[in-house]
Amino acid sequence: MRDKRMSVDDVVAELRDGMTVGIGGWGSRRKPMALVTAIAKSSLKDLTVVSYGGPDVGMLCATGKVRKAVYGFVSLDSIPLDPHFRKARQQGEIEVAEFDEGALQWGLYAAALRLPFLPTRAGLGSDVVTNNPELKTVTSPYEDGEELLAMPAIHLDAALVHMNRADKFGNAQYLGPDIYFDDLYCLAAEKRYVSCERIVETSELLAAGPPQSLKINRMMVDGVVEAAGGAGFTSCVPDYGRDEAAQKAYAAGDLFAEASR
Amino acid sequence: MSDVTRAEICIAACAEAWRGDGEVIASPMGRIPALAARLAKLTFAPGLMLSDGDADYLTDPTGADSHVEAHIPYRRLFDFVWHGSRHVMMGASQLDRFGNQNISAIGTDFHRPKAQLIGVRGAPGNTINHPTSYWIANHSPKVFVEKVDVVSGIGFDRARAAGPAARFHELRLVVTNLAVLDFATPDRRMRIRSIHPGVTVEEVIAATGFALEGTSHPALTPQPGGEALRLIREVLDPKGTREREVPSAGRV
Repeated sequence: MRDKRMSVDDVVAELRDGMTVGIGGWGSRRKPMALVTAIAKSSLKDLTVVSYGGPDVGMLCATGKVRKAVYGFVSLDSIPLDPHFRKARQQGEIEVAEFDEGALQWGLYAAALRLPFLPTRAGLGSDVVTNNPELKTVTSPYEDGEELLAMPAIHLDAALVHMNRADKFGNAQYLGPDIYFDDLYCLAAEKRYVSCERIVETSELLAAGPPQSLKINRMMVDGVVEAAGGAGFTSCVPDYGRDEAAQKAYAAGDLFAEASR
Repeated sequence: MSDVTRAEICIAACAEAWRGDGEVIASPMGRIPALAARLAKLTFAPGLMLSDGDADYLTDPTGADSHVEAHIPYRRLFDFVWHGSRHVMMGASQLDRFGNQNISAIGTDFHRPKAQLIGVRGAPGNTINHPTSYWIANHSPKVFVEKVDVVSGIGFDRARAAGPAARFHELRLVVTNLAVLDFATPDRRMRIRSIHPGVTVEEVIAATGFALEGTSHPALTPQPGGEALRLIREVLDPKGTREREVPSAGRV
């Protein structure tokens, strides 16, 4: 089996201008901030960022990396709105596709299953349809004849997620309360990069959590990065909680505020 | 009960939104709705499912003897949203007469909004799939507007236009710091259901940016009973955090 270990810089070197990059986590929870920070400091540009948005979106907007943001929300949880994302929006600097957060999951799932779309009610009647004029509806071919939103597949060139543990082959483990959509990002992407708090032997994975915590496996991963503290100031329980002071500094303009741990 | 505060009346009024809901997830957004959902669960709606803010659901979120009874990560939560087993109480930056809600952005140019808010979040999916109520801590013409800038949660007019796919749409209550509103009118326009003790109907009309129905002789919002008051003050919120969302200038 292939040893997929690589460095943060190796990952950034594999990315290209104009790529669509999916970023795992949720709000200010388990965001792959080591990878995101390296992208923010790189020469990459014109990225389309797909995210249940937190400081990843704000940081990449503030550093001019984002051509388009695809999201349902952008929030820092304990700070409801990300000021950097707001500024980019209010100055008209970025394109956006704002979807219902459940429909966003459906778009990733459709890409994962290699389907062109999945039907849903979430978005019908709302201005999601008005503000994303490319969205179409589909009529049920069965006798109910219901008209539903055809949520298009969201294909990713690359997925970046941060896990608690992984082995060098790409079997990755979350130990916190929620996987969020990290496994879907991996299945929806061409290239999949997992950073983690610690790389361990495969035989050690079950020491930390049950088999159910192994939601990402080596079929879904191209690169594994050991990055202790790699979720930055966002929460990565049980390894660490959110560093509220560092997050406040980030929101106040210190973009690369480091967590003190 | 002359020492009952406006915040306590709001908690009891919000709790009423979940009356009769049975075994569904109650998702309160905001401090007063969070207290209200717990009050409802402890009194007349014991079947409600309440989360710890993450994926675990607790038998008694404030109690000393509370247990995890369910685990519902976001992936699964959307299953329940789309299944209809949930009643959310959301906030709104703008709300119109048919209950269209905006939490996305302020301004008429979506490509360059005057103020970017959190985003539509789950509001489109919530409102078309399961019962929704709203909590507005500051009833004002800035919130209650003729037309919202970005329809996030859909109102009755948008639901009607969406056809049979919107048949699960249901807006229950809009509770504010001044009144309780609902949509029990022939064409589902917002009406005053009751005004809180100490508030005049003129105040409610002046704080609303569109013409409300039901302005003649509205009922008075009931005050919480003795047991509800005891639960609010001694069990749910002994530190009085409710005053941060609805400060009382004086007692009602």
